[in-house]
Amino acid sequence: MIERFLVWLGETPWSVALLESLYAWPFVESAHVLTLGLFVGTTAMMDLRLLGIAFRKVPVTAFTGRLLPWTRIGFVIMTATGLLLFYSQPLRYYHNVFFRVKVLVLILAGVNAWIFHRGAHRSAGVWDWDARPPRAARIAGAVSLTAWALVVITGRLIAYNWFDCDIQPQPAWVNWMAGCAVAVGGAE
Amino acid sequence: MLEPFFRWCEATSIGQAVAQSVWAFPILEAVHLIGLCVLGGALLVVDLRLLGAGLTNQPVARIARYARPWLIGSLVLMVATGVPLFLSEAIKAYYNTSFWVKMCTLPVALAFTFGVRERVARRELADELAGPHAKGRLVGAVSLALWFTVAAAGRWIGFS
Repeated sequence: MIERFLVWLGETPWSVALLESLYAWPFVESAHVLTLGLFVGTTAMMDLRLLGIAFRKVPVTAFTGRLLPWTRIGFVIMTATGLLLFYSQPLRYYHNVFFRVKVLVLILAGVNAWIFHRGAHRSAGVWDWDARPPRAARIAGAVSLTAWALVVITGRLIAYNWFDCDIQPQPAWVNWMAGCAVAVGGAE
Repeated sequence: MLEPFFRWCEATSIGQAVAQSVWAFPILEAVHLIGLCVLGGALLVVDLRLLGAGLTNQPVARIARYARPWLIGSLVLMVATGVPLFLSEAIKAYYNTSFWVKMCTLPVALAFTFGVRERVARRELADELAGPHAKGRLVGAVSLALWFTVAAAGRWIGFS
């Protein structure tokens, strides 16, 4: 089902045009990478504050209030360019091990942010100026930093086809992770 | 004229080791990008503040002081990963326009950041929470433009 949809998506004229374009694809990819500085960069600064490692005399709500709109702008550009990149080669990314890990970690990062804003951040007014925020906030900061670092690393590695379905033989677990339709016993 | 030097770079043991390894280049690049994230964050909190945005209820000098170790740390990380990346494909870099744009802009960006911007950010301590003035805005905008050029040219090395 998903497979057939992605095959169709990858054969749409705009998808083909984007993938084969001389400049459009590199521009979209560059925007995706450069926005790391804005999106992950400002997120990392907030996480370091939540951990009590940096900006210890700057109130936490300065980051979660005044800086957050900039993080949001970064997120929107990141998502838009990321979706375009996926659209250029849907089936290949769908079966890419690094892409799959990246999506899982993205979900983890999203859930972590949601838990923080629903939980510890609600009482931020109380510990706003604490050099060392409460445990829940520090955990949120640590999970966020780790998750985004993993997203960046796996995101960069998507470019490599080491574990792609058409590169066989692969260990069974690799084919399982990539969702490759390989005959039982390998496709040597 | 410099080409023999670039050939020598690529022939170094580090250059050869990275070029011949399957994993070294991708891993170094991924860590280079981690450095980019931290560098972006450490630069932006200060530049946005100079432009009158972001952490506006804080004195510039305080933001700059806290961001400084992360700025320097991320630059060290980027050089530490960037040098072996360069060594592994020095000859390609020699014939790559983006590489030269990046390497010519980088020293300007560094000199501007640690010369001009740092001095302006410190002097702002006197006006504490006073609003941004034209000079601060200009410094923030120039800093962003310089580092954007370095990063964009850096990304484009791989495309050209």
